Amino acid sequence: MQKSVFYGALAAAVVIGGAAGAATLDDVKARGNLNCGVSTGLVGFASPDASGNWEGFDVAVCRAVAAAVLGDPQAVEFIPTTGKTRFTALASGEVDMLARNTTWTFSRDTDLKLDFIGVNYYDGQGFMVPKALGVTSAKDLDGATVCIQTGTTTELNLADFFRVNNISYEPVPIETNAEAQQQYLAEACDVYTTDASGLAATRASFESPGDHVILPEIISKEPLGPVVRHGDNEWGDIVRWTLNALISAEELGITSANVGELSGGPTNNPEINRLLGTEGTLGDMIGLDSEWAQRAIMAEGNYGEIFEKNIGENTPVGLARGLNAQYTEGGLIYSPPFR
Amino acid sequence: MATMTDPPRESFRLSMLIYDTRYRSLTIQVIALFAFMLLVAWIISNTVQNLASLGKEVEFGFFSEPASYDINQRLLDYTSRDTHLRASFMGLLNTLVVAVLGCITATIIGVLVGVARLSRNWLIARIMTVYVEMFRNVPVLLWIVFAMAILIESLPSPRAFRGENATQSLILNDSVAITNRGVYVPEALFSRSLGDVRLFGESSLRFDVSLDLVAIIAVLAASFFVFRRIRIWAERVQNETGNRPTTWHFQVAVLVVPTFILLAALGFHLGKPELKGFNFAGGTHLRNSLIALWIALSLYTAAFIAEIVRGGILAISKGQTEAAGSLGLRPNRIMSLVILPQALRVIIPPLISNYLNLTKNSSLAIAVGYLDITGTLGGITLNQTGRELECLLLLMLIYLCISLTISVFMNIYNKRVALVER
Repeated sequence: MQKSVFYGALAAAVVIGGAAGAATLDDVKARGNLNCGVSTGLVGFASPDASGNWEGFDVAVCRAVAAAVLGDPQAVEFIPTTGKTRFTALASGEVDMLARNTTWTFSRDTDLKLDFIGVNYYDGQGFMVPKALGVTSAKDLDGATVCIQTGTTTELNLADFFRVNNISYEPVPIETNAEAQQQYLAEACDVYTTDASGLAATRASFESPGDHVILPEIISKEPLGPVVRHGDNEWGDIVRWTLNALISAEELGITSANVGELSGGPTNNPEINRLLGTEGTLGDMIGLDSEWAQRAIMAEGNYGEIFEKNIGENTPVGLARGLNAQYTEGGLIYSPPFR
Repeated sequence: MATMTDPPRESFRLSMLIYDTRYRSLTIQVIALFAFMLLVAWIISNTVQNLASLGKEVEFGFFSEPASYDINQRLLDYTSRDTHLRASFMGLLNTLVVAVLGCITATIIGVLVGVARLSRNWLIARIMTVYVEMFRNVPVLLWIVFAMAILIESLPSPRAFRGENATQSLILNDSVAITNRGVYVPEALFSRSLGDVRLFGESSLRFDVSLDLVAIIAVLAASFFVFRRIRIWAERVQNETGNRPTTWHFQVAVLVVPTFILLAALGFHLGKPELKGFNFAGGTHLRNSLIALWIALSLYTAAFIAEIVRGGILAISKGQTEAAGSLGLRPNRIMSLVILPQALRVIIPPLISNYLNLTKNSSLAIAVGYLDITGTLGGITLNQTGRELECLLLLMLIYLCISLTISVFMNIYNKRVALVER
């Protein structure tokens, strides 16, 4: 009898263990909302507004996925994660996907059992210093105190940069962007380093952004993108192609304003027709209906619209498209064809 | 006629396991043990299955790979090219530093406050009550963050010390700088240093021991030994002749002179902190994170220790105080010679658990960016390698070892002060 109970328990364990790994799509549909891991607050990328609604460049990706899968861009529960907790939250199933300024690296993709489904922002690590210090290059920072978020790739780049250039520094490890901001503004550290986009976003929230400069050196490649668990390829495909749909929509001139009109009936561009579901069965192939991409684009607009609205040059963050322009405009943003 | 028959020989029936009080407790214990073991087996097999389905195996190979991150407070040599094991070792030393410093100051403050709370001076007693209640009833994490915020926001940055019209200057004869990045104090330097001796070769646990420090400790120990011999000799003379020879000048000389000679021979001098570039250079840098953590943990734990000390003192009958007073002892000496030694018997056991609490609470260090063992092994290493299970199991084992070690030493001390029964 003891033995059969043991085998029963073992079997139950196997079932539970197996269930954690697969069918995120079914879980999301059954739950009726998408659990999306975002940062704890970075203006322009993911931060709650005055009434508590999350908004930003990364948030828009979550909303597009929710719109494609569930038909409702508001059916998202945003779960703030720190640099340290994000991968555990994803691996344990607490969140269905991460859209959190996460750098795509070899070991994260393979050893940590994550799947990066693409890049939504090409970034690099930079340094911000108060203008009053009179520093013009990162190589002048010998002996400086540097605020750095723990559990990030920037922490490792920082150590390498100072070691290779044979200059010393004093790291001040902190957990969140808000803490870094507090220490930096109190001059407890001379320098704040993180992805250049994050620096711009942080500077935008200062009282006098003009008193701080971002140094010209970009010391690393930081391709940031949404992440899902390794092993659930159906779910990975949905998130990957939702992002690609936003990118293709910009390339093909589909915007949140004209998507309704374009999906009214077949146009004479077959790729637009396939993307918007008026021709072919692309939706079926990823287990969704044919209007999935229409809803994703309608949620927050195409890639370019999302960029301009949240972090573009007319926002306080004020980032130029640069590397993140479409490949047709000399950037790196490029979606495989919808065919 | 009465016949004597043997009582019927009882045969063992299975139902007796439940209905017979001789077997019942055994039965229940066996069943409970089986159930417990099943639960443990289920948890382990579930973990292994889940890890296997994620494609992860339990392995510790990552420890020999380069850590690639820097640690600001390192007691031994460490660079970002050292291994994760070395980084964890640095974290362990940082944990031990703050735990030892915290336990010492918490004990001193706790004893003083505990005694003062019983003072007949109304104001002192009330102030101590307010202190104890404030610190005991607010979570320690808040005190840690609060202490850090005060240090960062209220102290001047190094820039205020710079230039012609500096608004701040170093204190104590230009040797101590108090900034919002920490306190810079002079460091001991030896111009004719004996050098270091390296233990454990080039391994990740290598440990440099300063021979200067060893020499100073050896000389001090020898001085103290001679000091004790002189006192024993003086007592013997007093017992034999009734006259105690004057020895204090010998004793002071024995304690002070050899150490001074040694320091002079080693070329001892102080290295003062100086403003250089962005920060102060030279001197010893006590970082804000260490100070905030140390202050908050000490004050928080001291509030508990104060209550234990107060309870211990109240446990000693008032007759002891009155008896000591009638012998002509003054209140200070009554406390230190009569009351406290007896109160220790009551105080030590709960004191142990407060030392353990302080050590475990030091794992909140990452809140102020102090890289203790939780910040290195359980923080950055865990995050960069993705080995949650291995890192956390090891972390738990390390805290268990630290706590058990503290318990062992405190229990030995407890035995020494315990009432000897004859």
